Amino acid sequence: MTAKTITEKILSEKSGRDVTAGAYVEAIVDSMVTHDVTGPLAIEVFEDVTDEKSELPTADDIVFTLDHHAPADGVEAANNHNILREFAAEYGTHQYEINDGICHQVMIEEGFVEPGQLVIGADSHSTTYGGLGAFGTGVGSTDLGTTFATGELWFRVPETIRFEVQGDLPDGVYAKDLILKFIGDVGFDGATYKTAEYAGSAIRELPIHQRLVLANMAIEMGGKAGIVEPDERVETFLEDQATLDVSVDPDLASDDDATYEATYTYEGSDLAPQVSKPSNPENAVDVDDVVGTGIDQVFVGTCTNGRYEDIRVVADVLAGEQVAPGTRLIVVPASKSVYEKCLETGVLETLVEAGATFQSAGCGACAGYHQGVLGDDDVCLATANRNFPGREGSMDSQVYLGSPATAGATALYGEITDPRDLETTRYGDHVSADVGVVR
Amino acid sequence: MTVDEPGRAWVFGDDIDTDQITPSRFIVLSDPEELAEHAFNDLRPEFSEKVREGEFVVAGENFGGGSSREHAPLSLLGAGVDGVVAQSFARIFFRNAINLGLPLMICPEAHRIEDGDEITMDLDAGAVRNHETGERYDAEPLPEFLQELVDEGGLKPYTKRKLGTAEQS
Ligand code: SF4
Repeated sequence: MTAKTITEKILSEKSGRDVTAGAYVEAIVDSMVTHDVTGPLAIEVFEDVTDEKSELPTADDIVFTLDHHAPADGVEAANNHNILREFAAEYGTHQYEINDGICHQVMIEEGFVEPGQLVIGADSHSTTYGGLGAFGTGVGSTDLGTTFATGELWFRVPETIRFEVQGDLPDGVYAKDLILKFIGDVGFDGATYKTAEYAGSAIRELPIHQRLVLANMAIEMGGKAGIVEPDERVETFLEDQATLDVSVDPDLASDDDATYEATYTYEGSDLAPQVSKPSNPENAVDVDDVVGTGIDQVFVGTCTNGRYEDIRVVADVLAGEQVAPGTRLIVVPASKSVYEKCLETGVLETLVEAGATFQSAGCGACAGYHQGVLGDDDVCLATANRNFPGREGSMDSQVYLGSPATAGATALYGEITDPRDLETTRYGDHVSADVGVVR
Repeated sequence: MTVDEPGRAWVFGDDIDTDQITPSRFIVLSDPEELAEHAFNDLRPEFSEKVREGEFVVAGENFGGGSSREHAPLSLLGAGVDGVVAQSFARIFFRNAINLGLPLMICPEAHRIEDGDEITMDLDAGAVRNHETGERYDAEPLPEFLQELVDEGGLKPYTKRKLGTAEQS
């Protein structure tokens, strides 16, 4: 057998053929997700290709979430929610409600993603599932609607670009900083149609919630997928979060002599917190370059950095303090269970007391639809994944991207602040057990 | 399937993105024929009026970059275009075109074709023929499986046949 990347192994397994990059396959899809924006179209396609009263054998593998416009921010959104609810009631697909969370977080918490699986979503950040060692990729509504009916879909097996980080990451440097750095180095189309594979000792040490960040933002360099080889941390995570009992096949890893299109290597200790300047994620710079930039709004949330550990870092920075006057802090948990954990641990109370606006779970202001839209000339620092012109509101607004620690420090001072400059007590030892990289 | 009727080539350059194919102010439309009325609106305003059934779009590198929406290939189908020949395609355009049944050929020598030349796409032989000059350009044939998809008119008809829900003719 030829040496293979983990991508080639998963697509070989799912297509029943021994394939490498460049081959076209039809592969069996393990689970699929769509939301209130792309779902109605996928349903239309499904209804078009099937008979009126057809059975839906894949129903148990289909997940619907209401996250982009949730709670409904208009009549059209409300109607779209009802289209999904009605379909789910009729066919028995999994329906999640408003405030249950963002599609990708729901998929992970509810156990719809396992290492080695092939998972698709009618949403570009479906690459997130690679954080658990699955091949996750975004598809169009036509792809998804037909896959409802058949359970399989065509793919071109992608080449892989490998990002290797060795050694230890310095204090205040997170997976978010790594991925912004990678995107800055290869460019926003540098991994187009490729898998971004993340490896090396620093990556292996990352807790799962941070591996998800790396996989999530593969699409910001054009990637078809982003993946971290799964290990026992994934087993523990799935047991805790999704009560799934999985054991990772040791062969579910890239072979040593697998073929890569390119390999980028980094020394962990050389890395600094990164910020992507407006208006492209590829505009990544060391935080030093933008320290002092005045910020009107800090947005913490999204499928990239809206998890408990992310929000916890912000709360630790702001504990007993106030958000800087003239700056707004908006916090949106990625799921109901993240929300509940913030409630139970006092994180929510800390943030609200510090002056934050804490919202129900969902995409929030990420795509500029509602709940925190930016006005003309507003400048925002967000833990989100995209900062294209107008992404969070006005075409004349500006969005910087950074890690939750950078977001917390920035909310405290009202200007972009290097999280390494905070007193260490602000995210001291008590955090490290939960948060992983911060020490 | 071979596209054997020669048709006029509409030649474009490199990096034609989906916004240039279908300006984004028209993406509220979804009917292919209405979309076709605005195809290449800013780039070549005469295209939508003058293009005829069975003609071809020819382009350089990276045709169809940009948005993942299906409007761009839809507008070309709506215009009656028989296929697109380019030196290379952006991935999402490629996928959307195949899914919608719009024939594509990757042809490194596409730049030899001049605007207005009569050409044919010979999908079986993996060649583009230029009837103006008598030249034949090698083109990468689609993998058999994708060719099947295109022949059937795209992913929806293909799925219908697989499911047995296609109307019998
Ligand atoms: S949080 Fe933002 S990027 Fe993630 S799914 Fe929602 S809108 Fe898309």
